[in-house]
Amino acid sequence: MLNYQPALDQVYAALADPTRRAMVERLSHGPVSVSDLAQPFAMSLPAVLQHLQVLEGSGLIRSEKQGRVRTCRLEPKALQEAEDWIARRRSLWMRRLDRLGDFLAAEEKTKRPRNKDRK
Amino acid sequence: MTQHSTQHATFVIERDYDAAPARVFRAFADLDAKRQWFTGPAEWGPDEHAMDFRIGGRETNSGGPKDGPVHRFEALYWDIVENQRIVYTYEMYLDDARISVSLSTIELKPKGKGTAFRITEQAVHLDGHDSPEQREEGTRGILEQLADALKRGA
Repeated sequence: MLNYQPALDQVYAALADPTRRAMVERLSHGPVSVSDLAQPFAMSLPAVLQHLQVLEGSGLIRSEKQGRVRTCRLEPKALQEAEDWIARRRSLWMRRLDRLGDFLAAEEKTKRPRNKDRK
Repeated sequence: MTQHSTQHATFVIERDYDAAPARVFRAFADLDAKRQWFTGPAEWGPDEHAMDFRIGGRETNSGGPKDGPVHRFEALYWDIVENQRIVYTYEMYLDDARISVSLSTIELKPKGKGTAFRITEQAVHLDGHDSPEQREEGTRGILEQLADALKRGA
C-alpha cells in the first residue's frame, strides 16, 4: 500500500494535462505509433515526446521500438488503480445516500401497518 | 499554527429512489429513520444524534473514530416544504475547531412511483483542516471530471 501511493501521484499528475488525457484517450482505442499519436497536436515532436515520457513514467502507457517505429500502448492496470482510488473515496454523502436507499428498500420489505419493532 | 484560510466548494448529487417522495422525506424528518442511514463510517462507534425537525429547529450529531477526533455536526433548518424541500445550514467541528460552514438544499421530485432526489451543498472550508469528508467533498468535482475522462477513455 505504501509504495502504491507515489505511483498514484504520478498517474494523477500525468492525467492533469489535457494533451496527455487526449493521448490516453487515443490510446484507449489501441496501440498507436508515436508519429501518429503526435499528428493531431499542434506541437513539436520533442514536446510530444516529453508528454509521452511523463505518461510512460507514470505507468499509464508503455512503448516499444520495432525497427524505426516506436509504438505506444495503454497499460490498463494503472488506469484501473486510479479508478479504484476514486471509487474508494466516494464522498460521505454518496455513502449516506447509498444507506438511505438500503434503508428505504428494507422499510418497503418489512412494511406492515404501524409496526414499531426495529433492529 | 493558526493560519487562516478559506476554500469554497459546491457539489450536487442526484439520485433516483424507488420510494415515493413522502417516504424519502420521512427518512429526513423522523429521527429514528434518519439515525439508520445518517451515520459516519461503519468503523466509527455509535453517535449522538438529536433533531428538532422544523423551521428554526436544530440538529446535532457527534461521533468519530475511537481515538478521536470528535466530528460534530450542528445544523439549523431554514426552510421545510413537506415532501418537497429541506434547506439547512450546518457547521462541522473537529473537536473544537470549526472546519466548515455549509448550506444544504435537498429537493425531492416525484419520478414515476419513486423520487428524483437532489442535494446541493455550498460550503466554505476553514483554515485548511483536512478531515476525510472535507477532502472527499473538496476533491469530488475534480475526481468527477477525472472519472468522466477515464470513462471516455475506457
